[in-house]
Amino acid sequence: MKYTLSILVENHPGVLSKVSGLFSRRGFNIDSLAVGITEDSNISRMTIVADGDEYVIEQLEKQLNKVIPVIKVRTYTQGGFISRELALIKVSCPAKQRLDIMKIAELMDAKIVDVALNTMTLQFADTLERFETLTDLLKPYGIREIVRTGTVAIEKDSAAQRKQTV
Amino acid sequence: MISGAEIMVRCLQEEGVEIVFGYPGAVICPFFDKLHDTEIKAILVRQEQNAAHAASGYARALSRVGVCVATSGPGALNMITGIATAYMDSIPMVAITGQVRSDVLGRDVFQEADITGACESFVKHSYLVKDTAELPRIFKEAFHIASTGRPGPVLIDVPVDVQEAELESFEYPEKVNIIGYKPSVHGHPMQIKRALEMIAQSRRPVICAGGGVLTSGAKPKLREFSSRTNIPVVSTMMGIGVMPSQSPLYVGMIGSHGTKAANMTVHEADLVILCGARVGDRAVASPDQVAEHANIIHIDIDPAEIGKNMKTTIPIVGDMKNVISQMLKDIDYKAPDEWLDHIHQRQEEYQKEPVRFEGFVEPKSFIAKLSSMLRQKAILIADVGQNQIWCANNFKMSDGRFFTSGGMGTMGYSVPAAVGAKLARPNRDVVAVCGDGSFQMSLNELATIAQNGLNVKIIVMENNVLGMVHELQDIHYNSRYAITELSDVPDFEKLAEAYGIDSVTVSSNEDAEKYAKQMLRSDKPFILICKVHPKTSSR
Repeated sequence: MKYTLSILVENHPGVLSKVSGLFSRRGFNIDSLAVGITEDSNISRMTIVADGDEYVIEQLEKQLNKVIPVIKVRTYTQGGFISRELALIKVSCPAKQRLDIMKIAELMDAKIVDVALNTMTLQFADTLERFETLTDLLKPYGIREIVRTGTVAIEKDSAAQRKQTV
Repeated sequence: MISGAEIMVRCLQEEGVEIVFGYPGAVICPFFDKLHDTEIKAILVRQEQNAAHAASGYARALSRVGVCVATSGPGALNMITGIATAYMDSIPMVAITGQVRSDVLGRDVFQEADITGACESFVKHSYLVKDTAELPRIFKEAFHIASTGRPGPVLIDVPVDVQEAELESFEYPEKVNIIGYKPSVHGHPMQIKRALEMIAQSRRPVICAGGGVLTSGAKPKLREFSSRTNIPVVSTMMGIGVMPSQSPLYVGMIGSHGTKAANMTVHEADLVILCGARVGDRAVASPDQVAEHANIIHIDIDPAEIGKNMKTTIPIVGDMKNVISQMLKDIDYKAPDEWLDHIHQRQEEYQKEPVRFEGFVEPKSFIAKLSSMLRQKAILIADVGQNQIWCANNFKMSDGRFFTSGGMGTMGYSVPAAVGAKLARPNRDVVAVCGDGSFQMSLNELATIAQNGLNVKIIVMENNVLGMVHELQDIHYNSRYAITELSDVPDFEKLAEAYGIDSVTVSSNEDAEKYAKQMLRSDKPFILICKVHPKTSSR
């Protein structure tokens, strides 16, 4: 099963390798990892999507908590968070197919960020599922290159509120 | 003005450091130069790995942070095995390494090695210092991290220019503030209540004591807990010494090399209380060695150890000493006598006389005899291999200390660790027991022993083979002894003489005991070489 972990760390050099090293060392698999500073410039947030069962994720949380510059670890539960990934997709696109691709982009809410003679580049920020739909639609035209940021996630306050009122 | 090197020394003084173990080199010279002016003793070892082992022996003997120092590149790299050994056994340690100038870092200059990177997976934390002004904070944090929570080694890598740069003044921080590091030391009252209820329900409880009991200083409390509740105790290798070995409540060491009675007790128990034990694979190879329906209470300071190797019914995160004190307050339970009687019966049943070979020392009975000759609070340090198992199962003292490289199983640990232990506790008996294999891994430290006139006793079990693997080859490899024969063991007596250390070779238990007695009476280092038959088994 896929788990999304949100990890607050001190913004020091070397912290990223401490965290990512832990994954390989303990034999955990990472699907994606995204890092960026938070509202406090001394603190960064890492969002990691990992594969594993309950035991693996529990171990992972505990081992992450042992890393000194790790401040907080949270595993998001299904439905309790919003996740997005930014992707740049370069598609083969001779002039006569431009309209087709533009239509797909419009339909999927992707933005066209570059057009060249034989390619078109789309920017897409959405969930993993929608990303797969988009790439399925584009595949027949020939995807040249995909660059992805990895998932970032944030807790859904509305879900938490609902839970409280129940 | 005050230099970075002087700041490092001042930090050590602030931490009350009295001894460092180390080896010099160009880029750690500023530090050693400043250290030279102080009352802090610098002990020169003969290889950097042994600086870490000596610091480990020192730390264990005093329950304080051990400090080892090496230069950059090869010096730091040599120290790695010692640091990793300390990490596996949760030893509080600060390792300081010199580093090449910070402006050439990463250019593969002479004696440059990325030591913080290399050590990442076996230090509790590490620092590469980029700014002299950060030294006080980093040292303060390092000693705090090394000695609190689950102890472990912390590495501080200091480039030579950071040691040379000067600051206006030195100020040592009073407190540390690391937002991500707040180990919980008190057990949760609710969990303790649940644990006590579970104990009250049990008919066949057993305590499994690990190294954490000793680290936290919970030994007296655990003894009190066991005697008040009549709950028998087994120990892991790291937990040897938690109980008086002759106590009727102590069953023995568990694990692949433990006693059958101890393993059977765990297997038959309906409740296992794991105390500061991580139940590594050598202690419990597979969880089904524990009875299927047994409940498990796991007390450990490191939450990551709970549930890692064994399913837990009630986890309690906290410092052993606190938790057991909390439990003692409310415990009102006595284990049934039949359970203990049953265990004692088993113990008798499994008792076996060791096989003796004419013309050789029988090591198991000798170790038992030796430990009866030692003064209370003596420190016995076993190396790794058969000698370790002989010691672990036959070290019989009511209040002795047993050190060994339990987690990592690093051969060559005993002699340098004995150097550290003796410097920490000059008035106690310190005996290192090793095999002829492990002895040859760190016999260079005889020079350190001689130079410092350390009253360390070394017992070498000479069987001309690498016994542990040899035995494994007998069992699993059809007795094909691939590179396990030490056929031409050097003349250890001559070697001892070269270092100016007295020694004797014995080939019977009578002689071994006679000379052991003599050796323990003298105030000089001594090497007792015991001829052991290569077919002597470890159990």
